[in-house]
Amino acid sequence: MESLIEFFKGSEFLSDPGIGWMQEMAFLPHVLAYAVVFAAVFGVFGVFAMFAIWMERKVSAHMQSRIGPMRTGGWHGWAQSLADGIKLFVKEDIRPGAANAVLWVVAPALVFCAAIAGFVALPISQGWVVNDLNLGVFYIVAIASIEVVGVIMAGWSSNNKWSLLGAIREGAQVVSYEIPAAMTLMVPILMVGSFSLTDIVNAQQGSWFIWQSPWLFIAAVVYFVSSIAGCKRAPFDMPEAESELVAGFHTEYSGLRFAFFFMEEYASVFIVSGVFATCFLGGWNLPFVDLDFASSGWMVFVGALICMAKIMFMVFMQMWLRWTLPRLRVDQVMSMGYKYLTPFAFLCVVGAAVYEYAGWNWIPGV
Amino acid sequence: MKPETEKYTDVPTQEMLISMGPQHPATHGVLRLVIKADGEIITYADVDVGNLHRCEERVGQNLKYPQFVPYTDRLDYLSGMNNNLGFCLSVEKLLGVEAPERAQYIRTIMVELNRIASHLVAFGTYSLDIGAWTPLLYAFREREWIVKLFEQVCGARMTFNYMKIGGVREDLPTGWIADCRRFLDEQERRWPEYNRILSNNQIFIKRTANVATVSAEDALAFGWTGPCLRASGVDFDLRRDFPYLVYDKLDFDVCTGEGLKGTVGDCWDRYWVRMLEILQSVRIVRQCLDNLPDGDIVTKEVKKNIKPPAGEAYVRTENPKGEVGYYVVSDGSAIPWRVRIRAPSFNNLSLIPKILPGLMIADVVAFIGSLDIVLGEVDR
Repeated sequence: MESLIEFFKGSEFLSDPGIGWMQEMAFLPHVLAYAVVFAAVFGVFGVFAMFAIWMERKVSAHMQSRIGPMRTGGWHGWAQSLADGIKLFVKEDIRPGAANAVLWVVAPALVFCAAIAGFVALPISQGWVVNDLNLGVFYIVAIASIEVVGVIMAGWSSNNKWSLLGAIREGAQVVSYEIPAAMTLMVPILMVGSFSLTDIVNAQQGSWFIWQSPWLFIAAVVYFVSSIAGCKRAPFDMPEAESELVAGFHTEYSGLRFAFFFMEEYASVFIVSGVFATCFLGGWNLPFVDLDFASSGWMVFVGALICMAKIMFMVFMQMWLRWTLPRLRVDQVMSMGYKYLTPFAFLCVVGAAVYEYAGWNWIPGV
Repeated sequence: MKPETEKYTDVPTQEMLISMGPQHPATHGVLRLVIKADGEIITYADVDVGNLHRCEERVGQNLKYPQFVPYTDRLDYLSGMNNNLGFCLSVEKLLGVEAPERAQYIRTIMVELNRIASHLVAFGTYSLDIGAWTPLLYAFREREWIVKLFEQVCGARMTFNYMKIGGVREDLPTGWIADCRRFLDEQERRWPEYNRILSNNQIFIKRTANVATVSAEDALAFGWTGPCLRASGVDFDLRRDFPYLVYDKLDFDVCTGEGLKGTVGDCWDRYWVRMLEILQSVRIVRQCLDNLPDGDIVTKEVKKNIKPPAGEAYVRTENPKGEVGYYVVSDGSAIPWRVRIRAPSFNNLSLIPKILPGLMIADVVAFIGSLDIVLGEVDR
């Protein structure tokens, strides 16, 4: 980001005397840099969402002894998500007459923005991050919890008892699972001493966190399960349980508004997979090799590829679980979160803290 | 001044009146449940049937006997062969005729294949209700075999109109028996897959074991029949206790619920009895194929214009969903005076107002899925 700002400051385009009035606006390089970065992020996210939806359909199909999209666009239906996106865009905007006008419209926007906002602190490679916040992990966990407000708004304002049930379940579930999710993320933070995701990745050069100690391993497993619950994906998809609540809290939304909820789900999936990959799987580091990823532009790009591969693997894991497991009943979800995951999360934090304080190591030299 | 907390001791909470609607993904058809729920726990439930009522019994009073056979397909549309059979047996009883030996064996084969198909749908859609999408596709992969076999025999995949009064409509085409044996081997090979993905899955067990347990006394009192009754521990199967067709010559087990994962008579037991019955049906079809005699497929005693003597006949058959009864009253003419159909799904639903209060909304779906109802039968 900083380099982009410098680039724009020093560019000929902005220092050309012919465009005098532009030079008066000193914020212009910043605005341009942010515009480029946001376009890049939305571009990457858009492509990822389309790819992930296609991948989900193909993965689910092959697990169900079918083949999935084959015709749209020619090769294995790669353009299916594009076609679906266009369809959702051009659909008629149907609004329930008795729905609360303001809340009903704002809800999808709030949910989507909260999910997308997490991209700000997620690094893909050394230096490739919108803003390397020194409170990176904390920020991501905090901003992702705003979507609960959006979901409850959607469920309530739809004037539909089924949507309300879905929203209530979602509120309970997501808020409850934020506790183990946040606590398990404290374990790598304890090891590194910093909230910044880039620092956490840099501390994993040569050895990923997931196998460095049992505390980290248990924390990784607990985080993975809690994050699936936080994304409202199966087996925790009670809030949008299709076979019970029609479509849960987003029953009354169609067209582009539904597309917002749908993209929010994939944004959350990407972000939690990204957090898992950076905190536990080493981000852009390879397991036993010490590579200097800041050395050249090419190395940074290779790092980005490695990080994306790990993120896509975690996304695949989430899809695998979704199409294999049935869904848990809401009281079973809550009991699992509070009675099993939270105690393990606290155990990991206390164990890791004790080991850090005493200076003990599971693997010598690490 | 009263302390703040005293104001909130009697916070009124409202019960929600939810209509689980005629249009709902989990009610297996156009069933409407009126539910009062306090949060997630149900306090009152009632069933509102009739959304699929098509006056089939009244139609039976307008049509000649052979003309009514296609209508029986549409009752429990997942077990068309079984429904055809019930009506044909009832009219044959009125006429005092019996189908020839070969027809009886073919009828048994078709009826048992349809039992497998119906139980596969029950398994697949039950998994969908519980939230696992994949087993449905596995079930339908096997069901596609059966439906293709039926298509080869009678030309239709779902509404067969295959049983004739006095026998069956068409003989088995060449190569059908070999195809059928291949399917049976495939079904036996795939059966353990269902257990790996669903039956022994911890989440599925948590959702269905010890949920909506129905005792044997309740089941008998409310007129339950079929796999649901057997799952509650009652050892009763019309095929063994009141044999019809060639069941007295065949060797098969009657599966009852044993509470393997929870209590006897819970949702898991009802699901498990159906899974075991699939294997038993495979066994029965194999025996029938091995002993299939040659001969006619329709008895010659039945004339073209069927006019049974005045009288009444009630025939019970073991459908995949339960005991189906056809009560046919004849007044001597070519058109029945009354056709009354006793549908098992209708009686199986009667326990809902008693069982549902106290369960959670997610359990409603689990319970109704375990009953395996078909609205075509409930409403006729």
